[in-house]
Amino acid sequence: MTITLFGHKLDFLAALGFAIILTYVFLAIFAPLLAPFGEAEIVGDAWGPIDGAHWLGTDNLGRDLLSRLLYGGRVSIGLSIAITCLCFVIGVSSGLLAAVVGGWIDLVLCRLVDLMLSIPTLIFVFIILSGLGSDLYVLVVTIALIDSTKVFRLTRSVALGLVEMEFVDAARARGENFWWIMRAEILPNALSPLIAEFGLRFCFTFLFVAALSFLGLGVQPPNADWGSMVKDYADVINLGLLAPLLPAGAIALLTVGVNFVADWLLRLRDASQGAA
Amino acid sequence: MLIILGKKLVAAVLTLMAASVLIFAGTELLPGDLAGSILQNNATPETLAQLRLDLKLDQPATVRFMGWVEKLAHGDLGRSLTNDQDVATEIAPRLANTIFLATYAALVAVPLALGLGLITALYQGRWIDRIANVGSLMAISFPEYFLAYLLIKILAVDLGLLPSLANVAPDTELGPRLILTLLPMITLVLGTLAHMLRMTRTAVLSIMERPFIEMAILKGLPQWQIISRHALPNALAPIVSVIALNLGYLVVGVVVVETVFVYPGLGQLMVDAVGKHDVPVVQACGMIFATAFIGLNLLADMITIIANPRLRRQTQ
Repeated sequence: MTITLFGHKLDFLAALGFAIILTYVFLAIFAPLLAPFGEAEIVGDAWGPIDGAHWLGTDNLGRDLLSRLLYGGRVSIGLSIAITCLCFVIGVSSGLLAAVVGGWIDLVLCRLVDLMLSIPTLIFVFIILSGLGSDLYVLVVTIALIDSTKVFRLTRSVALGLVEMEFVDAARARGENFWWIMRAEILPNALSPLIAEFGLRFCFTFLFVAALSFLGLGVQPPNADWGSMVKDYADVINLGLLAPLLPAGAIALLTVGVNFVADWLLRLRDASQGAA
Repeated sequence: MLIILGKKLVAAVLTLMAASVLIFAGTELLPGDLAGSILQNNATPETLAQLRLDLKLDQPATVRFMGWVEKLAHGDLGRSLTNDQDVATEIAPRLANTIFLATYAALVAVPLALGLGLITALYQGRWIDRIANVGSLMAISFPEYFLAYLLIKILAVDLGLLPSLANVAPDTELGPRLILTLLPMITLVLGTLAHMLRMTRTAVLSIMERPFIEMAILKGLPQWQIISRHALPNALAPIVSVIALNLGYLVVGVVVVETVFVYPGLGQLMVDAVGKHDVPVVQACGMIFATAFIGLNLLADMITIIANPRLRRQTQ
C-alpha cells in the first residue's frame, strides 16, 4: 500500500511520523472529552495502582495520571504551536523586509540577529526570566523572539535569491506596490523551505518549553505541561515507578514523529533540487 | 593566515563584549521593577528602598554597566543577593565540576562519533548504516531528561549497577567521581553523539566521491588505507569544526543533565539563581557560559582555516 501526499510518495518513516502527529493533535483537541477525570480532580491515594478506573494509576497528589497526561499535552502542544506561529510571523516578516528593502534596515536587522545568537539560547532565556519572572506571556514572547532569528535568516536568504528573479522585476516594472511584491511574488515561492523549517522550529520550541518547565522555570503551577509533570514525578523513579517516563516519553515520541516528517520534506527538497 | 586568525579573534572579542551588554541589559534594564521582583512578598517600602540603593538603581544604566564590566575585568563578580556569598568563591568549585563532566563526556563522545561515523559511511546503505541513521534521528529528538530517567530506571533502579545521583563532594577521589558521574556522562554522550556521527558520515561520504579516492581504489589500495591515508585527513576540517560546535552544545546540555542527577555544577546553580532572581549570580554564570560558547565557536573557525590551505591564502 502506498500513500501519496502533495503528489509525493510517503516512505514508511514519514507515514509513521504523520500518524503520530495526527494522533497527538486529536488527543490534544479532544482531551476534555477523552479524559476520564478532571485535570485537578483528586480521585484516590497518592501513587495509586493501575486498575480499571485509573488506566495509568494516580499521581503524587492522587490525581488520575491518564487525565493529567491528556490535559498536560494540551498545554505543551498548544503553547508550542502558539510560540512557533508568533516566531514565524516575526521571522518571516522581518526576513522579507530585510531582503526586499535592503539598505540600512537589512544591516540593522542582521546585526541584531547576530547579537541575539552570540549567546546560547537557553542562557539568553534564563537572563530574561531572571529579570521578568516566568510569566506565561514573557515566556511566549521571549522564546518566539529568540527563535525567530533562525526563521529570519532562512527567509532572508531565500528571499534574496528571489528578489533577483525576472518576475519580481516585472512586477516592479508594472508598478505593483511593496506589499504586493512581498505577498504575491516572494512569499509563495519561499513557502516550501519554510514549511520544513516550521516542523523543525516546532520541535525545538516544544523541547525547549518542556525543558524550561522541567527546570521549574517554564509553565508555573497550577498549570502543568509535560515538562513540569516530569519534574513533579521525578522522585519516584527511584521507587521503580515509571511515572516520570510517561510525560517524558510523550514528548520524545512527538518530537520523533515531527522529525521523521521534516526529514522527509528536506529529502524531497534535495531530490527536487538535484533534478532541476 | 595570521591576519585572518587575528581578525577572527578580534571578532570573537567584540562578540563577547556584545554578549556582556546583552546579559547586563537583559538582567537589569528590562521594564519592570527589579527590586520588587527580587523581594517578591517580603517587599516593604523600606526594604525596597534599601535594595534599590544596594543595586545602585538610582544611578544611570551606563554608569552601572561600566562599573559591572570594570569589576568583572578584575575578577570581582559581586555578592549573591540570596546568601551574601562572594559569587566568585561560590562559582569556582561548581565551574570545576561542570568542566569535569563536560570533558569526561567529550572524551568518550568524540572518538565514538568518529568511529561510528566512519563505519556508517563505509557501509553506506547497509543495515548498520540504516540502524545508525534512524537511531541518531531518534537520539536527536529525545529530550535529555527522557534518556536520563530511562537510564536511571534500567541501570540504577532495576539492575542496581550505578548510583542514580551524582552527588560528588569536593573531596571525592577521581575513581569514585568517575563512577558517580557515569550516568550523567552517558546521557550527555547520547545527546551529542548523533549529530557528530551524522556530520562525520556526510563529510567522509563527500570525500569518497572525489577523483583522488577513485585513483586510490584503482591503484588497488586496501580499504583501510584508502580511509586512513586519503579520506580521513581531507574530511578532518569539517568534522573538527562540528565537534567544536557540539562541545558548545555540551556546555548548555549540561544544565538539564546536572538538574536530573543533582550534580553540583554551574548549570544547576544558574537555574536556582534564575528562580530566585539572584541577578549577580545569573550575570556571572551567563558570562561564563557565553564565553565558553563563543570560545568554542572561535576554535571551530580557527581549525577550519588552519586545516584548509585555500582559506589560509585568502587575505581579504
